[in-house]
Amino acid sequence: MSTLTTSSTILKTEALTVRFGGLAALSNVSLSVPTGEIRGVIGPNGAGKSTFFNCVTGVLQPTSGRIVFNGEDIAGLPPYTISRKAIARSYQITNLLPGATVLENVRIASQSRHHSWSMLRHHRSYRDVIDRARAVLADVALADKEDELASNLSHGEQRNLEIGIALATEPKLLCLDEPTAGMSVAETHATVDLIRRIARDLTILIVEHDMEVVMGLAHTITVLNYGEVLAEGSPAEIQANPRVQEIYLKT
Amino acid sequence: MLVLERVDAHYGKSHVLHGVSIEVRSGEVVGLLGRNGVGKTTTLKAIMGMARRTGGRITFEGRDLHGVPPHGLAGLGIAWVPEERRIFRLLTVLENLRTGLDRAGMTPERREGLLEKVYAYFPILKERRNQAGGTLSGGEQQMLAIARAMMLEPKIILLDEPTEGLMPRMVAQIQAIVHALHRDGVAILLVEQNVPLTLDAAGRVYIMEKGAVRHHASSAELRADQRVIHEYLGV
Amino acid sequence: MDQILVQTLHGLVNGMVLAMVASGLTLIFGIMDIVNFAHGDLLMLGAFVGASVLGVTGNYWLALLAAAVVIALLGALLQVTTLRPLIGRDPLTTILATFGVSLVIQKYALWQWGPSVRRISEPVRGDFTMFHVQYPWYRIATAILAGLILAGLWLFLKYGKYGIWIRATTQDRVMAQAMGIPVPLVYTAVFAIGSAMAAASGVLFGPFAGVTQTMGFDFTLRAFIVVVVGGMGNLGGSILASIFVSLLEAYAAIVVSPAQAVIVSFVVLVLTMLFRPTGLFVPTPK
Repeated sequence: MSTLTTSSTILKTEALTVRFGGLAALSNVSLSVPTGEIRGVIGPNGAGKSTFFNCVTGVLQPTSGRIVFNGEDIAGLPPYTISRKAIARSYQITNLLPGATVLENVRIASQSRHHSWSMLRHHRSYRDVIDRARAVLADVALADKEDELASNLSHGEQRNLEIGIALATEPKLLCLDEPTAGMSVAETHATVDLIRRIARDLTILIVEHDMEVVMGLAHTITVLNYGEVLAEGSPAEIQANPRVQEIYLKT
Repeated sequence: MLVLERVDAHYGKSHVLHGVSIEVRSGEVVGLLGRNGVGKTTTLKAIMGMARRTGGRITFEGRDLHGVPPHGLAGLGIAWVPEERRIFRLLTVLENLRTGLDRAGMTPERREGLLEKVYAYFPILKERRNQAGGTLSGGEQQMLAIARAMMLEPKIILLDEPTEGLMPRMVAQIQAIVHALHRDGVAILLVEQNVPLTLDAAGRVYIMEKGAVRHHASSAELRADQRVIHEYLGV
Repeated sequence: MDQILVQTLHGLVNGMVLAMVASGLTLIFGIMDIVNFAHGDLLMLGAFVGASVLGVTGNYWLALLAAAVVIALLGALLQVTTLRPLIGRDPLTTILATFGVSLVIQKYALWQWGPSVRRISEPVRGDFTMFHVQYPWYRIATAILAGLILAGLWLFLKYGKYGIWIRATTQDRVMAQAMGIPVPLVYTAVFAIGSAMAAASGVLFGPFAGVTQTMGFDFTLRAFIVVVVGGMGNLGGSILASIFVSLLEAYAAIVVSPAQAVIVSFVVLVLTMLFRPTGLFVPTPK
């Protein structure tokens, strides 16, 4: 892990608040994620996890507060600008191009980073892009399926392809939204391994309901409840925290 | 009365239910617990014919529900209170109730009687009976959703997370209603994440994880030994 | 001044007839998301049936009733055979289906009644005078009758048992089914009601301009414009929009020829889509 000084905080939110009419979906959420960390975000239904995610990835404009990515204020920027700033996101609803092959899906994502305007250079840069795409496929264990139509993959493979597409945009921060939802136990284990593999060079923000996944993967966990930060700490600390148990078991 | 035998279901390619077997006997309150995303709501949707059943069988009073059209379930005695409540926002409270009240075989006396009974359970609905459903608060909408189901005089109510997002005072009210329905002899399949409420209301509980039933015990057993609850619902 | 008065009356009368046509269309769209390209042709068929019944019985009111009933049944038949099997499929298929039905109906009418124009004579003769202007009683009666029919529809939807079924199904089809409402039957009934309204409009409009195989097209076009301007699925909106657009067209006809005045409707449509795409008479969604 890199030496963590405050300047290597890749993502920081300050008093992030989102109001829908009278309802505060997020209330004064302040956290900071050091570069290279895997940060889990958990909380019961309605805690604000999706809202938080949507703010960081530019889908939602916060009502107030700051979001600082790599030293830059990004609150309120549109999603395509944020993507260029190296934040990538996977989605709960599969966002693949079903009529394209696995390789094409990843290659197209990769091209968003490396497009070349020159027609003359086109053939050469094409080769580089394909190599980069293949490297990503190897990371997400889909190398042997590169010519398969995306729609023919199994559900678990499709979710992994999604992670691959996000990876292909060469992000510095990868936001994963319930990556193991709808997966079998076996598929879940495979995805957890995948995430561990790609985490070496990345910072990852992961929202999950599967406690085993989150506790096993995350370095630090932030617990949200009713839009506020309830607790933050290592998995062991969170599991031992009686207030966290309370909000889940509602005792 | 309601039996799910090794039910499998898919949403598109996603295999969301794996061999789920659940039983609710006449007049029983049965709990279905589990974290978010484990398949509790999907189980109810499979009963209502809204999820693609790819294996197993669902029977109600001995009759296979396969092939029963979606609008036929109410007539069999199955009522559904969905997680999002889904009250008809542009209809008034009374009109919402009438969607269940205006059934074949309902004489004016029976209708009056049923309406009065439900108003006794939920006085606030009587007060707001000419207000549009969409103007009610969250708790009131939940009550309306339950009242609307009661209009069908069902044998079983599929109750999906009735206390989600409600304040503690309303949660207590919902708890009282579940007790009252049980006293009335209505069976309830209660899907919840609120453990104490479920253990209090239900006699038996199934616990789900990742699309399958992982544990099945009486509430008494689960109250005595909380470890199982912690494992499947805690952190 | 007189011209303005006459045009106002024209606008109101045409608006009421258009409102009847558009209500059927918007009900059908609102409840089952079907864009019914055959709507104007059902109107035309209703007018022909009305003309035939009138020719045989000499009774206008019987003709009006017969047209409504016959076309209601035809509409129900059409929905069950061609549209019900397409539920859940790509919306394009229903558009193509109703377009196909439209062509079939037009050719059938041509075959059945021949190419000459039929006449439906007014049941009420004479003009009434207002401020030096003479206006046919019949046209006023049409507007009143249309108004009564629309009021009847509104009352049915608001207070009738089946009206509640229709409104519930329009808002949430799945929940309506869960409440035991037989949604497929409701769909058929709504299509029949819409068809009946179109047919009645055809008979009401018959005396204005004669009955021809192609009379439906103008109505379909205007009805679609009005449904969009009023807010798709919004009954009150389509009625208001019908009157609004018809009045504008009528006033425009003072300045340009009536054939050109129809441009006004398109301008209103484009402006609506640019600035208030959910409909002019619909509160802005939050």
